[in-house]
Amino acid sequence: MSNKSKKWISLNLGRKKEVPKASCGCGKTSGGCGSNSVEDQITVDEFNKGAIDASIGDERLKDGFDQVFDVKMSRRSAFKKLTASLLIGAGAVSTSCSVVAGDDAKEKAQIDWEEQFKGNYKLMNDDEKKATVDRLMRSYELRTGKKISMSSKNAEENVLYGYAFNISKCQGYMDCVNACVEENNQDRNSQMQYIRIHEMKDGKGFNFNEADDNYYHEVPAEGHFYMGTQCFHCDNPPCVEVCPVQATWREEDGLVVVDYDWCVGCRYCMAACPYDGRRFNWSKPEVPEEEINHNQHYLGNRMRKKGVMEKCTFCVQRSRAGKNPACVEACPTGARIFGNLLDPNSTIRWVLENKKVFRLKEDLGTEPKFWYFMD
Amino acid sequence: MKQFKVFKGLIRDSLDTITHGSLKYHIWMGALTFIMLIGMYCYSIQLEEGLSVTGMTDRVSWGLYISNFTFLVGVAAAAVMLVMPTYVLKDIDFKQAVLIGEGLAVAALIMCLAFVVADMGGPSVLWHMIPGIGVFNFPNSMLTWDVIVLNGYLFLNITIPFYILFRHYQGKEAKPGVYVPGAILSVFWAVGIHLVTAFLYQGLQARPFWNNALLGPRFLASAFAAGPALIILVLAIIRTFTAFNIEDKTIKKIGMVVTVAAQINLIMLISELFKEFYAPTHHSESAYYLFFGLHGKDALLPWIWTAIPLNVLATVLLTFHKLRNNFKVLFFACFILFVAIWIEKGFGLIVPGFIPGPYGKIAEYTPTGIEIGVTLGIWALGAFVFTILAKTAINIELGKIRFKNK
Repeated sequence: MSNKSKKWISLNLGRKKEVPKASCGCGKTSGGCGSNSVEDQITVDEFNKGAIDASIGDERLKDGFDQVFDVKMSRRSAFKKLTASLLIGAGAVSTSCSVVAGDDAKEKAQIDWEEQFKGNYKLMNDDEKKATVDRLMRSYELRTGKKISMSSKNAEENVLYGYAFNISKCQGYMDCVNACVEENNQDRNSQMQYIRIHEMKDGKGFNFNEADDNYYHEVPAEGHFYMGTQCFHCDNPPCVEVCPVQATWREEDGLVVVDYDWCVGCRYCMAACPYDGRRFNWSKPEVPEEEINHNQHYLGNRMRKKGVMEKCTFCVQRSRAGKNPACVEACPTGARIFGNLLDPNSTIRWVLENKKVFRLKEDLGTEPKFWYFMD
Repeated sequence: MKQFKVFKGLIRDSLDTITHGSLKYHIWMGALTFIMLIGMYCYSIQLEEGLSVTGMTDRVSWGLYISNFTFLVGVAAAAVMLVMPTYVLKDIDFKQAVLIGEGLAVAALIMCLAFVVADMGGPSVLWHMIPGIGVFNFPNSMLTWDVIVLNGYLFLNITIPFYILFRHYQGKEAKPGVYVPGAILSVFWAVGIHLVTAFLYQGLQARPFWNNALLGPRFLASAFAAGPALIILVLAIIRTFTAFNIEDKTIKKIGMVVTVAAQINLIMLISELFKEFYAPTHHSESAYYLFFGLHGKDALLPWIWTAIPLNVLATVLLTFHKLRNNFKVLFFACFILFVAIWIEKGFGLIVPGFIPGPYGKIAEYTPTGIEIGVTLGIWALGAFVFTILAKTAINIELGKIRFKNK
């Protein structure tokens, strides 16, 4: 069990919590990019203290004359002191010279300006996409001093993502929900969750009315079964049709995405979604700095702002990099299957061809790409 | 050049008119300003904190703002019930009232736009919707249709009365050839704004409570009842406080319009209730929630059970000629009808659309103080705008302000 106190539900029964490794700009969690060695990193204070110690050291106790004349000095220490004083001098120059600091502020203002008046991501060409992603990464670095990696990777050809959910296997552990929240940088204060797990009573069929999607007890509960819902990435999504500014659309690989910077926050898409697949940032979303996932995609888990819509993207930052969404990876029972519908050898295709699959509210003509099946 | 000079004179004279008045007028305007300031303060909190200061949630994502917006579109559309008889059917009995009706439409539309902006998560990026520099998802999104029809109707309702008043200000008669085509267009446009607003909800297959072919027609019927009812009340007030002469027969004729619309509205209500409760399906749950509550959740019961009796009572009172022709009864009936339709078409329509949610979750909605503050502020704004427009129009019509060529 995770011993950290979280605001969102955490029922990690028997789930091994990965030790968070130091993350770096390259997105890898294990060595290789060079910025991973924690012990090498020292803070500015430590550096200054060290530099001063190196240059004057025990001379603090001596008076002026002694300091100048009574100095034990080898060639090695003389060199060390020289370097240290140079560094201190350089630091002093850089801080006293406001031109440099002004450049940062100017750059930040420039980025903010360009971000405020940029166009709709859907209509951008690849260069413009890259430009906005670069701006956002630089802006994050300027604000927090930390690097993130943000991708603007487009949909690949011959890829159409689909998802299948095995109702027989799901035990309601909610590891998928935890993994999703952590992966996608969702607001911790409002406990926003893309996935809802509905606890249903045996013998009542798929009776959502009597199901509970907000349980806080040990699972699997006697006489119940579980069914998860999230955005179904419809082929004919009603939410996309109604958006007055085309801030949400269906990508070529079937993902229904939102441009958080283009959304005006009218919430019409939310009213239009028959699957409760969309979430709104009612206040400024907050994620503790140390919990932020730095491996981001423009259309996926980058930081949102208040007053915009967001939703499940099948973890676009992972799926387009050839990985499974976080919920699929986290599921301890193997109830979740994700893959390319156009690949005849994919597991998802095997499920669709060999299992009795069904979808929710098919009568609405939305053509979800999310199927349910049982063993 | 001369037109420009006249325009300058009109601006100066109307400013003069609206800043002078009786003590009661000043108290009225001062009170409205005070309420608007409170509303602006509440809105500033909402801007700062986000929409989390309202009662809305992911489960019920539209609330008081959109409810009032929907209702006020109807009030705006109701001006057509005066425009059509006056300009198209040439019924001189409506002539005095029509300018007031159009002023009311302008005020209602301004309130509509204010409510929509108040409901937006990102009002600072609303330029994304402007064609040319933004992306306007027309014709796919009904919201873009609504933007077009609302702004177009606002334009029509500003320009037509402005032209007429501008001519009268110079002591000339307005040329029918100029404004009648606009007036005829505005008749169709009025029906358009309300149908389009209904389609906004009607087109959502996700919400069975709204996805109902009667929604549009019922919007029109209730609008043509509530809007003229408000116009009658306003005319009654104007008659009492100003020298503007509105004849009894004008009010009686508008009363007739209200009556017919209220009767049709009641028939449609019965039709809806029959469909929901005679053979209830899964899709009737929202109606059950609205009228009887579901699983002990019954926040809307007091509202709807206030609205329905008021609605029926008003319609019955209006139906009998003897009662309707008694002005005291007429004003009372108009007032309760207005309140009833405000509840029914605001709260009673928008909130149950979200309850139960797509998977049957019943999460209730209660507006917060800040939300109510903003709402009252916007209503005060509407009243403020209307007072200014009406006072200027009345003084021009009475010949109190006239262009003097100095």
